[in-house]
Amino acid sequence: MIARLVGLLSLLALPALADVPVQVVTSKGGITAWLVEEPAIPFIALEIRFRGGATLDPEGKEGAVNLMAGLLEEGTGDLDSQGFAAARDRLAASFRFGASREGVSVSARFLSENREAAVDLLRRALVEPAFAPADLERVRGQVLSGLRRDAQDPEALAALAFDRAAFGDHTYARPTDGTLESVVALTVEDIRAAHQAALARDRVYVAAVGDISAADLGPMLDTLLGALPETGAPLAGPATVGLTGQVVVEPFPGPQSILLFGHEGIRRSDPDFFAAFVVSEILGGGRFGTRLMTEVREKRGLTYGIGAGLSELDQATLVAGQVQTGNATVRQTIEVIRAEWARIADISAAELEAVKTYLTGAYPLRWDGNANIARALVGLLMDGYPPDYPTKRNGYIEAVTLEDARRVAARVFDPERLSFVVVGSPEGLDAE
Amino acid sequence: MRLILGFVMALWPMVTLADDRVSQFTLGNGMQVVVIEDRRAPVVVHMVWYRVGAADEAPGESGLAHFLEHLMFKGTKTLAPGEFSQRVSAQGGSDNAFTSWDYTAYFQRIAADRLEMVMAMEADRMVNLTLAQRDVETERDVVLEERTTRVDSDPAGLFSEQRQAALYLNHPYGRPIIGWRHEIAALDREGALRFYRAHYAPDNAILVIAGDVSADEVRALAETHYGVIPASGRITGRERPAEPPQIAERRLIMDDPRVGQPYVIRSYLAPSRQAGAQQQAAALVMLAQLLGGSGPNSVLSRALEFDRQIAVQTSAFYDSTGYDHSSFALVAVPAPGVTLAEVEAALDEALAAFMAAGVNADDFARIKAQMKAQEIYALDSTMGVARRYGVALTSGLTVGDVIAWPQVLQDVTPEQVMEAARTVLDRRQSVTGWLRKEAGQ
Repeated sequence: MIARLVGLLSLLALPALADVPVQVVTSKGGITAWLVEEPAIPFIALEIRFRGGATLDPEGKEGAVNLMAGLLEEGTGDLDSQGFAAARDRLAASFRFGASREGVSVSARFLSENREAAVDLLRRALVEPAFAPADLERVRGQVLSGLRRDAQDPEALAALAFDRAAFGDHTYARPTDGTLESVVALTVEDIRAAHQAALARDRVYVAAVGDISAADLGPMLDTLLGALPETGAPLAGPATVGLTGQVVVEPFPGPQSILLFGHEGIRRSDPDFFAAFVVSEILGGGRFGTRLMTEVREKRGLTYGIGAGLSELDQATLVAGQVQTGNATVRQTIEVIRAEWARIADISAAELEAVKTYLTGAYPLRWDGNANIARALVGLLMDGYPPDYPTKRNGYIEAVTLEDARRVAARVFDPERLSFVVVGSPEGLDAE
Repeated sequence: MRLILGFVMALWPMVTLADDRVSQFTLGNGMQVVVIEDRRAPVVVHMVWYRVGAADEAPGESGLAHFLEHLMFKGTKTLAPGEFSQRVSAQGGSDNAFTSWDYTAYFQRIAADRLEMVMAMEADRMVNLTLAQRDVETERDVVLEERTTRVDSDPAGLFSEQRQAALYLNHPYGRPIIGWRHEIAALDREGALRFYRAHYAPDNAILVIAGDVSADEVRALAETHYGVIPASGRITGRERPAEPPQIAERRLIMDDPRVGQPYVIRSYLAPSRQAGAQQQAAALVMLAQLLGGSGPNSVLSRALEFDRQIAVQTSAFYDSTGYDHSSFALVAVPAPGVTLAEVEAALDEALAAFMAAGVNADDFARIKAQMKAQEIYALDSTMGVARRYGVALTSGLTVGDVIAWPQVLQDVTPEQVMEAARTVLDRRQSVTGWLRKEAGQ
């Protein structure tokens, strides 16, 4: 049970791929997908993303896209909720629908032998969802139950508090799942509007991995997605990151406090991005041996785990991290993190070499499993990378010089702006 | 790589089983080896599983197996503290470990051509662990923080620990894997080393390797690195204190101001898969799927979420592995305005109706088809497949049992499901827990 920190704040997980042969497939209907053929196991993993997600919720209707995504598996046409689940299970298919801050995701797995029927069922769910009133009430009840749980969960509270501190009145500061008040008020019309706004062809990204050829994938894309509206709702406008060095404390009972920390980051398109990424890995990559893990956990025993890294939203960037520590040691933990931020540019040649070896060595290892590969590819596609990025990516890491790393560390990591959001009952800590 | 004759000391010929991707053999010192070939990516997963876990600790030292797992990263005669993970990272690999009641496991995931490097280091720390007093003390603070994060900060974590303790009257499965706080605080270097010497040895270990490597290659490497470690010879059977007959239902109520959503959960003491006798456990897997594992078509979901709308969520789960026992659990989360007493009563009515009506044939056929497909999907995760073998083998099962399991599941009959339900769903062998914010919910 010494699992490392992963997936904090959806930290940028740079996809890693060495020689995965990506084919770009464009359907007759104009839908583009990335494909990796892998016939070893007779199934197909399909990952679909629609850009926009919860940012498309109108003011006062927070949670509409999330609730809509939750209703996609609750029936279509003459199939009610139970009928749809039975049909899906009979085909031995698996469909998952989810909404996040900036996207709606569809993850599907189906056996080669059931491909046509499974794709047809998935199409009906995406294009002609029933949104029956009884199902709306039932799924609304589940969402509200989750919100009541989150209202007492320090991790969920910390994430919301961090977003508020970082994004002020931008839509990014709003809760993806909505609030108890907004979700109660959502109507079937709101859900239909969210469906029209979020699931459109102008914002769809598809990756397929498994037992399917390029010739078969094109027509499959048109069948599956061709009947969706061509355009959806406008995406969110620019955001500014309001993390300027503040310490925000939200009182919560319990023996430990949770700390989220960070400030503005750097764009992937910035020429210094890879240098910044390498530096962030030295500082806080989710594994042992990083500076934060060594100083906070290994040397001082202040926490079970700590990590930090770069992340990018459509309209903002972050360097952000997370740690949990006893209430009595929050102050000390903050001091140690600040000290690491302050000495970030003090990087040795050996340290840089070690992290480059790690990053370039780990790169090809992350590409096993159809579902894994499909998820990674759709992420790359959505982030605007070219299909040959995987073969070039290690070269970008290798090209980072010691001079680059030191310069970019000083440019991107700023102890003056480093801000902390603390949820808990920290001792001896006054909000600054 | 060719086998060098001098290294072939295995007592049994290599057995290639029905699943032709899986091979097993045993080294001369008793270390069991399982190899799962998967050539899709140039990656290998290397795992060593010890047949020792939290249920093998002596009373008063709960958390020791897990504490030792942490300390295994603190250096050997030739590796500095933390150097193990650093060397794996430097090669682009990842490593970690985990502890349960029945096992402690260490694993690395790395490029297939670096297998020997991680194997050499894992063999080294099987026998050469050295611990500095200061590292032990700091790591104990880390484990206390881990306990705070995982358990004490989360009412559901505390509630789960209390229920587990109540489910077992005598068996050490009632103790938390991470340990009770006051006992973790008292763990020390000497105790950890004593536990290490008693249980860490090739004759108490299973090597599981999955990925881009052949059984022959693994055999040669394993003979070189693990085969040279002498057997402990002191490994004894795992005789844990046995449960007496459970003749009284237990009920728990836990109130915690941090609870946002109350729920009721009932756990029944249940049998686990036994070597060569997996039918009853397979019937329980099917029972869990029928009652609460198949979404809106589950028995509980239909009754409580659709027909009566008295619950917002229901589920049933059963872990089929466990060296001595397992448990079968039912959960219901009440709809707003519904009390835990009401939702529990509805749960019992739904159960009674199921016991009277029996298995719905359509549901049963659909679940079987779905499980068959799950076997195909499961092959997608090399790590997942390796883990299956490790868990099964440290729970007293054989490679043959693992390979047979999907068919055992397919062969379950509705009669066997009902028979298992009648045996296991016995309130006298159960703990029913209510987690709530305050009285009255």
